[in-house]
Amino acid sequence: MVLILDLAVQGVQMLAVLALAPLLLGFTRKVKARLLRRQGPPLLQPYRDLLRLSRKEVVLAENASWLFRSAPYMIFAATWVAAALVPTFATGLHFSWTADLIAIAALLGSARVFLALVGMDVGTSFGGIGSSREMMFASLAEPAMIMIVFVVALIAGSTQLSHIAIFRQEHASLRVSLGLALVALVIVALAENARIPVDNPATHLELTMVHEAMVLEYSGRHLAVIELAAALKLLLYVSLVGCIFFPWGIASGEPSPAAYALGAVTYLAKLAAGGFLLVAFETSIAKMRVFRVPEFLGAALMLGLLGTLLLFVSRTF
Amino acid sequence: MAVSATLAAIAVLLGTAALAIAVHRRPSATALIYGICLAVSLLLLALAGTSLLGRQPAQHLTLPIGLPWLGARFRIDALTAFFQIVINLGAAAASLYALGYGRHEEAPGRVLPFYPVFLAGMNLVLVADDAFTFLVAWEFMSLSSWALVLAHHHDRENARAGYIYILMASFGTFALLLAFGLLAGPSGQYAFGDIRGMTHAGWLEGLVLVLALVGAGSKAGLVPLHVWLPLAHPAAPSHVSALMSGVMTKVAIYGFIRIVFDLLGPPSWWWSLPVLGLASATAVLGVLYALMQRDLKRLLAYSTVENVGIVFIGLGLALAFMANNMAGPAALAFTAALFHAFNHSLFKSLMFFGAGAVLTATGARDIEKLGGLILRMPQTAFVFLGGVLAISALPPLNGFVSEWLMFQAVLLSPDLPQWGLKLSVPAVGAMLALAAALSAACFVRAFGIAFLGRPRTPEAAEAAEVDTASRASMFVLLALCLIAGVLPGLLIDAIAPTVAGQIGQSMPAQSTIPGWSIVPIAESRSSYNGLLVFIFITVSTLVAIQFIHRFASDALRRAPAWDCGFPNSDPATQYTADSFAQPVRRVFGENVLMARDTVDMPPPGDPRPARLTVTVRDPIWEVAYAPLSSFISYAAEQLNHLQFLTIRRYLSLVFAALIILLLGVAIWS
Amino acid sequence: MERFFLDVAHLLAGGLVLTSFMLLYQTRMSSLLVVFALQAFVLTLAVGWQAHVQHAPHLYITAAIALILKALIIPYALSRVVVRLGIHRSIETVGGISLTMLAGMGCVALSMVVMMKAMAAADPLTREDLAFALSVVLLGMLIMVTRRNAVSQIVGFMSVENGLILAAAGAKGMPLVVEISVAFSVLVAFIVIGVFLFRIRERFDSVELQVLDDYRGERR
Repeated sequence: MVLILDLAVQGVQMLAVLALAPLLLGFTRKVKARLLRRQGPPLLQPYRDLLRLSRKEVVLAENASWLFRSAPYMIFAATWVAAALVPTFATGLHFSWTADLIAIAALLGSARVFLALVGMDVGTSFGGIGSSREMMFASLAEPAMIMIVFVVALIAGSTQLSHIAIFRQEHASLRVSLGLALVALVIVALAENARIPVDNPATHLELTMVHEAMVLEYSGRHLAVIELAAALKLLLYVSLVGCIFFPWGIASGEPSPAAYALGAVTYLAKLAAGGFLLVAFETSIAKMRVFRVPEFLGAALMLGLLGTLLLFVSRTF
Repeated sequence: MAVSATLAAIAVLLGTAALAIAVHRRPSATALIYGICLAVSLLLLALAGTSLLGRQPAQHLTLPIGLPWLGARFRIDALTAFFQIVINLGAAAASLYALGYGRHEEAPGRVLPFYPVFLAGMNLVLVADDAFTFLVAWEFMSLSSWALVLAHHHDRENARAGYIYILMASFGTFALLLAFGLLAGPSGQYAFGDIRGMTHAGWLEGLVLVLALVGAGSKAGLVPLHVWLPLAHPAAPSHVSALMSGVMTKVAIYGFIRIVFDLLGPPSWWWSLPVLGLASATAVLGVLYALMQRDLKRLLAYSTVENVGIVFIGLGLALAFMANNMAGPAALAFTAALFHAFNHSLFKSLMFFGAGAVLTATGARDIEKLGGLILRMPQTAFVFLGGVLAISALPPLNGFVSEWLMFQAVLLSPDLPQWGLKLSVPAVGAMLALAAALSAACFVRAFGIAFLGRPRTPEAAEAAEVDTASRASMFVLLALCLIAGVLPGLLIDAIAPTVAGQIGQSMPAQSTIPGWSIVPIAESRSSYNGLLVFIFITVSTLVAIQFIHRFASDALRRAPAWDCGFPNSDPATQYTADSFAQPVRRVFGENVLMARDTVDMPPPGDPRPARLTVTVRDPIWEVAYAPLSSFISYAAEQLNHLQFLTIRRYLSLVFAALIILLLGVAIWS
Repeated sequence: MERFFLDVAHLLAGGLVLTSFMLLYQTRMSSLLVVFALQAFVLTLAVGWQAHVQHAPHLYITAAIALILKALIIPYALSRVVVRLGIHRSIETVGGISLTMLAGMGCVALSMVVMMKAMAAADPLTREDLAFALSVVLLGMLIMVTRRNAVSQIVGFMSVENGLILAAAGAKGMPLVVEISVAFSVLVAFIVIGVFLFRIRERFDSVELQVLDDYRGERR
């Protein structure tokens, strides 16, 4: 019975993250427009966009390879598997023991490697610029993420996200190393999701493109899959911040239906809050020059390293 | 029994070398020699496998050759058996590859006789149980690989590579000789069994550690002794490069483990500091150098340097834990290091084979002369892509598992009491993560420029797929990478006797854990299930494909590339290798490698083209080696005057020497 | 509850170190002054929290002085100085931001080791807060050492001052009279530096140290 319940929770989570990702995207666009005193697109516009893209014909470059055609699915699969393993409304995910936080970060890394490879597949300079900049950002964002994982794991005693969430619920405290890790995670999340100040998700100017440059040659259903994967990644990072740093409300242990409902409501509230804070930050800061981003990510790496160092020196930090 | 069978197999290899000298002119010589090597390697692999998996105790054998009072001692214990598996797996794959690749060799007489000797030398190092046999086998290995490096000696680059290689190899052997001499003591007890029984002073053990680090480290490729590796490894034929990078470096790691973990007594905590320091510097510098390279094989050689650094990080952590009597974490760190050594031999050999295939198909090693090979050589591209994913530590392949185990070991380090370790282990963890991320960038660049995009030269546009034997060996290695990544518990349990032999304890048994996952410490801390992750990714991909094909439009049209509406048909407008590396070069290379991009812009009206010059300097070469070599030249110049003295001067030299020695006797006694 | 006090104190002291790193990160003058004001505000919170925990009301006055003087008046005055002198441009650093941050990490590690070893017998709360305070002092000195602009060096000096106040507040109280005299000396020093800056600027048309060095009369 417990097994079936756990499997059901896992299944609901996998579908829920898939369904909520475009909604989060639509929400952020709407709030951003409102903050800029515009009407903005409707809340459900991303769903319509995905539907429209999937109905269109794919225009493929003449020298695009099998890698170009299959990569969108692999990128989507890696991101979906990673998103399915982050506790959103309940911690009792049946497969949470298969991959811990390091594995989740590595799954996102493999999605990124595939994306960078397809950027180079067609052989245009736009794809090259996107791929090379993306790999440069990744070379700093990945170590920063690993340092954040170290801080969280040293405090919670585990790298498993379910255990981390339960630990943080039971031992809620304002540790300074967690504070540093939160700042670092926000910086890494901004960089990985191609948000301002690192990259502009709404631009098509080559001087400011990173993520958009890599997917420039995609169209039709392939582009729909990639856009869904990008939305899923944003949802994953917001859920990650919520699960690690603000885990209150997540149903854990042997929960009742009321606890699940509470978990779902608090999760939606966290998504909304996360989206709003993201957009508020984006509208208050300008995009950085490309070579200021390594310093920005380097700061995140330093903060993560500082947090780890503090925890190595004394467990009370 | 296993020892004598191993020695018999080694003797067969030496006999094959003699046979090769006789038959190298015949067209079937390649198939014959490599076929015999393949068979013998598989036999040795089977022997080692039964030794290790059958948990057999250590077996000895002494032959009455070599030093008269010592004999030649041979021993196969769990450590030897594990490394025999690694070496012979690589050797078998290389021999299989060479069955196809070797046919393109223009001077088979320079390669065929030395290849079996190389294999024999490596195997002999592993089974040696006394210092003399060890060093003789080590030299055998070095000299035969040197001969293979000089196979294409008319190329000046190769000649210089061979020269530097033989210098560094001799230097390494010299350091090992000193180490063994210190260990054997004044009574000259060179047998390893005797050395294990002796106790040494603390300062002597420290000195032996440093000498072992220098001697074995130079063969493995630790910074700053790595300079020969990127010159020599690419110079040899591709299957030999794979052996040198993937396998010979593992023999060097075996040498280090044998001396430091086995022959020396219990470690002191400060031993781990130089190991960790050099290893983390090696990991980061190796991959930074790799990012600046245009030559595919040199890039792979620098990547070997990086991976050797990662293995030594694991070994350093194991030393730190052992010194503090934390046997569980020490076993974890040691297992992670051995796992990574195994993984690296697999995927590095795979990638060198791919580079060899590209070289055969296009004649070019410079990736800026390639491009679009994924369409011309799809199978080679597929396996090379698998190698890229494995080396970038991405799940569900094997590179990720060893990285993960090493991170878990770092997470156990706050319990180390010494301040030096408390401050350095977080930095080592950060550098490990940095090296992994940079290696992903490096291999995306290598694969993207060489295989993707449009062909940059006519040779690349007309490349054809290579022969079956080469492809078969690459596919076998990729399959092994996948198996090691998906079922890592099997490998961890197989390594357990080796770990227990050196640390005293092994990791908890992984095969008893349900569901094929691995739990390095405890279920509540962390676990990883490679098989389920692989299944999830596959199922998600299939679900996505099915969903899209059912509910989305199927229409597809081929058209010229979009390129934002400004397509340019010239392949020279695509990104080059140097342009791909420019962001990383600017962020990391400016401080570390003194990389500079200078643009020479002609003034308006001047029709000459603008020039972009990329200079990357090697600070280690400039600071350490160039002054040393100029000093040696200077000293040699000065000493040369001794050649041209008059007879009276020579006589006075002899007289002066005699007086000094007599003075010495007078004062000292 | 004890644990909660410890955590908040650490959090605020860590926040001060974080703002020091943010000071190291800035390349523009205006954002430097804003971050400096932020650091003074965090210092106010930290000293105020210490006042609450130690039941030492005179520390509230210290916090108020830090807020009014350092978070409001001095940044405002410095920004006026910047506008008057016409220094609107970016701050040039010695060695680049990344190297400076790495050096900052080294300083923090050093202060951790020093404090943990030198005060092994003391109360853990005090010891760790002092470690943070020493980090802030060292980072402030690092700012002074790696900046080529005189105004940013003043900010670094102020940051060192902040670290010292954190240390004094953490060590179970400090007499108010000392704080007032310290504040007045800071103000006097500021006025003197300001006057000198105007004189230098009038004389040499620049406050860049490179330019000033040429006039020192020593040939390098």
